[in-house]
Amino acid sequence: MSAPPILQVDGLSKAFDVSAPILRRLLHGEGRTYLRAVDGVSFEIPKGKTVSLVGESGCGKSTVARLVVGLYTPTEGKVVFDGHDMAQVQGRAEMAKLRRRFQMIFQDPYASLNPRWRVLDIIAEPIRAHGLMSDDTAIARRVGELLEQVRLSAKDGEKFPHEFSGGQRQRISIARALASNPEFLVCDEPTSALDVSVQAQILNLMKDLQTELGLSYLFISHDLAVVYHISDYLGVMYLGRLVEVGPAREIFRDPQHPYTRMLLDAIPDLEMTGKKRIPVAGEVPSPIAPPPGCHFHPRCPFANERCRTETPLPVHIGERDVRCHAVEEGRLEAEVAAAKAKAPAAVA
Amino acid sequence: MADKRPVLDVRNLRVEFPTRRGTLTAVDDVSFQVGEGEVLGVVGESGAGKSITGTAIIRLLEPPGRIAGGEVWLDGERIDNLTAEQMRRVRGKRIGMVFQDPLTSLNPLYTVGRQLTETIMTHQELTETQARKHAIDLLGEVGIPAADVRIDQYPHQFSGGMRQRVVIALALCVNPRMIIADEPTTALDVSIQAQIIKLLKRLCEEHGAAVMLITHDMGVIAETADRVAVMYAGRIAEIGPVAEVIRNAKHPYTEGLMGSIPVVGHDLARLTQIEGSMPRLTEIPTGCAFHPRCPKRFGRCDKQRPELMQAGASRAACWLHDTAHAEAAE
Repeated sequence: MSAPPILQVDGLSKAFDVSAPILRRLLHGEGRTYLRAVDGVSFEIPKGKTVSLVGESGCGKSTVARLVVGLYTPTEGKVVFDGHDMAQVQGRAEMAKLRRRFQMIFQDPYASLNPRWRVLDIIAEPIRAHGLMSDDTAIARRVGELLEQVRLSAKDGEKFPHEFSGGQRQRISIARALASNPEFLVCDEPTSALDVSVQAQILNLMKDLQTELGLSYLFISHDLAVVYHISDYLGVMYLGRLVEVGPAREIFRDPQHPYTRMLLDAIPDLEMTGKKRIPVAGEVPSPIAPPPGCHFHPRCPFANERCRTETPLPVHIGERDVRCHAVEEGRLEAEVAAAKAKAPAAVA
Repeated sequence: MADKRPVLDVRNLRVEFPTRRGTLTAVDDVSFQVGEGEVLGVVGESGAGKSITGTAIIRLLEPPGRIAGGEVWLDGERIDNLTAEQMRRVRGKRIGMVFQDPLTSLNPLYTVGRQLTETIMTHQELTETQARKHAIDLLGEVGIPAADVRIDQYPHQFSGGMRQRVVIALALCVNPRMIIADEPTTALDVSIQAQIIKLLKRLCEEHGAAVMLITHDMGVIAETADRVAVMYAGRIAEIGPVAEVIRNAKHPYTEGLMGSIPVVGHDLARLTQIEGSMPRLTEIPTGCAFHPRCPKRFGRCDKQRPELMQAGASRAACWLHDTAHAEAAE
């Protein structure tokens, strides 16, 4: 990673105030309650690469996406976009200049397009908002190009969103995101609402656009197979913390953190190899009162006293950062092997 | 399972939705059987008619949807022509159901225990104490810890995965012959999904129930089902043993579908792409409904509609496998 990264996230945290109403707090003598949705997350995105964040619902991955594009302000930590600390940017004009360079694609293509606007106006909105062009015929020509870039027809600009299927709508969202010539896209579950055959079309399109335009992606997903297909780097989140981050292929080949191992084991096995699995019990605890120490310890078959009390710090292993005491102590491999030997053969 | 009588036998089922602009056929001439202890997976993309097939079998179609043709047989008894009252007794007792969202399947105003005992007592001659004991046993069986305490809690006090376990307990409580599970794991996180699938499969084996598992997730099917039916535009495109359909698809649609699923460990620059999307019910193409998107279409595909025909160990509705005609020509 010699070139400076397009995005750097450093010690990012976000706490939401989820306190009871003030009257209730006064009557019952309750204090304020905070939900730490994101807790000390650090990673960077090299230019032209795709970094994915995966995790189960409530792990904070979408909150990270919103923090990165500035829809939320961080409680702690910073977001550095192409060398500019987003919190230090002075004045609206400076901010607008930076904002043009990154855009977001949302999960639900039915909710993210205004049903009363024509597609032409939807896609032209960022062009007009950033004052990139003022001549209407020039804008129409540019929208036509964008529509063709996402493999729709230039004539589709005259239509309304309801005339399109889910996959076509997601293409329109992508065209809108591309309208301001961004370098970096944040994609929050862009294919989760789509059928698999349509998902394949969108994923192929995203990869093509990355090659054509040199885009960098922050990709949020819960689907590990999709993530495997699209990512260069991967971050695994659990209850607000990044438990493992590093090159995607490496993590898939040789996961370190017990949670990553569990997630990879839980992928339904399309090839029916009947692989051995370590059974994992339990569910994600409430993020309002996360377990002390390592958040994963109540579900972790390898947890010991230290895991229950002390928060693990990132340990560097090659290009990877892992937050796990057992990995740090070097006891995990032997214990996993022992557990696998005991595990019942294949869930079948 | 050819010599044994199937638990569920669906013959030429047809479901229609009359609308002002004409009648839409959501399920068109669908036939399949599910044997005892067997799990039949039904996959397809949205709009393929898989859920409608399930709801038609248990006769819970939302009006104006109606069964326009075909027969449904359960254990050798025809059930599609029963009266609403007779059908009510079949549902719950002989056919159990598990739906996608466990929160909407449970009544938020009643404790889990009350819902379970009520169902048990509706279908079985048991006293309340006996029914309650049975309910606690069931909750234990589906893996809910401290079942004797949790039975008196309300659905909102359970997490998503635990709620789905309650729904499974509810479906199994009177030992039904048949379970229809419509996207039972779609609303759950991956780590919970694996637990629920395992549970469903184990319980059905133990209780000897036949299962119709409706899902859009091929991975779930691969893990659970014995046979699989792939639906497209209201019809079965291919049906066969799960390993055969997944590894050696016979219908071009199944082939495209399998290719479009990203797989961990497969390094591909691009996924296989089926151009276009599933047709709307108002504009189902003539001939084979898949022909406008099919890379292997030829002369007759847009004119004649293919029925299911033998293709290896599976059956596929595709003219590529029309050996009967080829032989007749010889």
